[in-house]
Amino acid sequence: MSLNYNNPEFVIERDQDKCIECRVCARQCANEAHFYDEDLERMREEDINCVNCHRCVTLCPTNALVIKEYPLEYKKNSNWTGGMISNIQKQANTGGILLTGMGNPTDKKIYWDHILLNASQVTNPSIDPLREPMELKTILGRKPDKVEFDEEGKVKDLPPQLELETPIMFGAMSFGSISINACKSLAQAANEMGMMYNTGEGGLHEDLYPYKDRTIVQVASGRFGVHQEYLNAGAAIEIKIGQGAKPGIGGHLPGEKVGEEVSKTRMIPKGTDAISPAPHHDIYSIEDLRQLIYALKEATNYEKPVSVKIAAVHNVAAIASGIASAGADIIAIDGYRGGTGAAPTMIRDNVGIPIELALAAVDSRLREQSLRNKVSLVVSGSIRNSADIVKAVALGADAVYVASAALIALGCHMCQKCYTGKCNWGIATQNPELVKRLNPEIGVERVKNLIEGWSHEIKEILGGMGINALESLRGNRLMLRGIDLTEKELEILGIKHAGE
Amino acid sequence: MKKVYAREEYCLGCKLCEVYCVTNHSQSKDIIKAYKLEEVTSRIIVETKGAVSFALQCRHCEGSPCVKACITGAMQKDEETGIVDYDEDKCVGCWTCIMACPFGAVKRDEFGNKVISKCDLCAEEGEPACVENCPNAALIFEDREVEEVC
Amino acid sequence: MRGSRPTEKIMSGCAISGILNRRGKCFSGKEIMDSIALMHDRSNGLGGGFAAYGIYPDHKDEYAIHMFYDDLEAKEKVDYFLNRHFVILVSEKIPTREVEAINNPPIIWRYFVRPDERKLSESGLEEDEYVAQSVMNINANYRGAFVVSSGKNMGVFKGVGYPEDIGEFYKLEEYEAYLWTAHGRFPTNTPGWWGGAHPFTLLDWSIVHNGEISSYGANKRYLEMFDYKCTMQTDTEAITYLFDLMLRKHNLPLEVAVKAVAAPLWSEVERMDDEEAKLVKSIRAVYGSALLNGPFSIILGHKDGFLALNDRIKLRPLVVAEDEERTYVASEEAAIREICSKPEKLWSPRGGEPVIGLLEGRSGV
Repeated sequence: MSLNYNNPEFVIERDQDKCIECRVCARQCANEAHFYDEDLERMREEDINCVNCHRCVTLCPTNALVIKEYPLEYKKNSNWTGGMISNIQKQANTGGILLTGMGNPTDKKIYWDHILLNASQVTNPSIDPLREPMELKTILGRKPDKVEFDEEGKVKDLPPQLELETPIMFGAMSFGSISINACKSLAQAANEMGMMYNTGEGGLHEDLYPYKDRTIVQVASGRFGVHQEYLNAGAAIEIKIGQGAKPGIGGHLPGEKVGEEVSKTRMIPKGTDAISPAPHHDIYSIEDLRQLIYALKEATNYEKPVSVKIAAVHNVAAIASGIASAGADIIAIDGYRGGTGAAPTMIRDNVGIPIELALAAVDSRLREQSLRNKVSLVVSGSIRNSADIVKAVALGADAVYVASAALIALGCHMCQKCYTGKCNWGIATQNPELVKRLNPEIGVERVKNLIEGWSHEIKEILGGMGINALESLRGNRLMLRGIDLTEKELEILGIKHAGE
Repeated sequence: MKKVYAREEYCLGCKLCEVYCVTNHSQSKDIIKAYKLEEVTSRIIVETKGAVSFALQCRHCEGSPCVKACITGAMQKDEETGIVDYDEDKCVGCWTCIMACPFGAVKRDEFGNKVISKCDLCAEEGEPACVENCPNAALIFEDREVEEVC
Repeated sequence: MRGSRPTEKIMSGCAISGILNRRGKCFSGKEIMDSIALMHDRSNGLGGGFAAYGIYPDHKDEYAIHMFYDDLEAKEKVDYFLNRHFVILVSEKIPTREVEAINNPPIIWRYFVRPDERKLSESGLEEDEYVAQSVMNINANYRGAFVVSSGKNMGVFKGVGYPEDIGEFYKLEEYEAYLWTAHGRFPTNTPGWWGGAHPFTLLDWSIVHNGEISSYGANKRYLEMFDYKCTMQTDTEAITYLFDLMLRKHNLPLEVAVKAVAAPLWSEVERMDDEEAKLVKSIRAVYGSALLNGPFSIILGHKDGFLALNDRIKLRPLVVAEDEERTYVASEEAAIREICSKPEKLWSPRGGEPVIGLLEGRSGV
């Protein structure tokens, strides 16, 4: 085809008065949106290459750069928006499916923002977390209904549990989808903060073995990197059935990203595509899941809790209840705003349901069936701040997975181009030149700071409610009120409207 | 003594160290003026080949071949601080020091002046400007108690 | 119900008091009335009540069911229910006297009953569970009827008014018990409802409580998983059920239940020896949702004695005293000094540290 109908998405504006031609922007842009013109003796731009990742803007020493949305306007049309038109043009060029990265960006209702929290006044004192103890410790794993004692009166062992110092874990992101430096940053931060991180379906790189007590090893449909030592290396195992960003479909790590290290870790030949099938081909129904759960428990001598991660879909409550009775110790539910390294745009933006509603439905169902106290419930997709976490716990979650937020702490600017492998921040890339841009020493500190900040905020909010232990918030929906929600939405969330 | 060490595994090759070196050694101490109005040569050099890059500057080594080679006595090693620096007034621009330096850390002034350009560890400040402004902590300023001897 | 049953969470402050004769000697209700009356300002006239253990020696093997009825129609329905499921040995009005401050009381009735043997064996339940389920059934499903208490050889006397007036109304000076607990209530947002006064009870358990439990929503939903229906919207109801769950249904030792509702802080657990730490951790893991959070002091009464407990960071007052044969516990020291001017021992227990008063010869509640 002779003419590419696509226009640039962004325009790079350079203030020539400020530009010193130091060329930092050109050196830092893996998309080659900046270049130095020797003839004109100045910096120039190739707008169509720009993905608006802000790497150049952040590093420009004179603040000479601004990136803006390309100002070209389409004739007003609420149905055929500019985005719709340019998607069609892209597909008309290539014949391919539209690919994207990170979570669903569409403007559908975000329920977190329609939920308000309570605080104590007069009848009940609020608690100052700077002066009084405030406990966020969270214990995940299967719980019996009651504690049991042996003949000598000593308490019997509980099934294996995970102990978290704060109700936050880093969600599954594989080595392959993200760089080894990103993995190291998360693993070490988890280790130092008493949290857990999750390998995703990427196997466990040998550099990460020192953090194994803080590792949840994932077993997904491709079974990449799964072996006896891997299973036993982690503190817990997670069976990944689905992902919020792409429920019902598998994964695809293109061969270009499968270099030496990824190949070794995943146990696949270098340069080959790593394809995770849509279903696990040994799980076609719930009883098969039970078999896999117990196979993994057998393989690890019943010493590791087993989690099952699913995407939030329409009948999530019934599915979760089935998973609980199939023997899972932890159920992880990923909402439709959850992130991804690569997903078909149509699936990411149209399949699945919001995590807030899924969580409320699952927690209520598990309680109706007296299962809730037996299993732990972890939610993700997407948790954007500490208030989201507090709301999630009050709706019924034990803990949350955060992934996008952790990547943002590492430098991600949400350009949604993870699938290109050209992440200028050294996160979603395997290109050594780009990978080294993320210094894990800095990464660890930044991620730790985020978790520390959030944990402080959670303590402040709890204190305001007159609560000094997170358990007392779990499922405590009286602490929540809805705003701008319909009767039906309130009913599903199990909360009252503000003012009630 | 405290010296600047490069960690090539984290060097982005962005050359911001050069920008801040120039600025810090300018009259105005202002990035834009330093580049647009002054003629300042960076005293740190980023070497790049493919994915590998690192920043190089004077090692202030024991034995200092540049000091020995200097024909006017302009290049001196301070006994107390260990910093190797030179006296612009005495320098005649013979560039013998450039030939003598085993690291290639001394270079000609880019604007044609006779004086040479080399790192002075930003002796008047606390931390050298290159270290302070490296976006990825690829340069560190520390005392490793190992003298590089030439 | 007289004053309607609330539909939203009740917030209230309060006064509590309790007296146990450890030797099991029974004494009149006058002293407990004097003690709670001293703390008049801690209530606002919207609720007062007493629990008394040992008052029905002639019927000590039967369940004493105290009832409030809005009207005769409600009573007829419950009578029918009780007749079907129990053998009623006595059915009588609880004697009261005219007191100026007490208005508009419900029909106040008591029964002494035994479970119907055939119904009991058909149900496959333990006797206590059979009674507990019947009580919850009446409270949840019989409009205008409310079970005030349902234990053996004990009873609760409560209503809308200041506690001293309620005591006078019920002629409590005429009853003799070895354990008395009392409560004066200061609800902020509810019309007085007779059923909402404390103590709250189930079987032999009675609870008087001062404070507001900020974990109520979590506790309530946890209890629902074990078939408890929290219909009263009060913390006291939830606390009662929590103890019933752990002590009766799960058969846990009292100290384990205490470590669940007032769990030691994690910083304390770090200083414990391995065995104790494991116990506390296990309790916390399994019964985290039973943790009572927020300010409270409670007296849990039982036929064998009482447990007094503060929240773990002591946000509410609680004082304990002992003399030769009695143990006293109250919100304020003055309420104890009022009836026992020179106790042998008097102290303020630390947050989360249980005070257990037992009849001599009993090993635990």
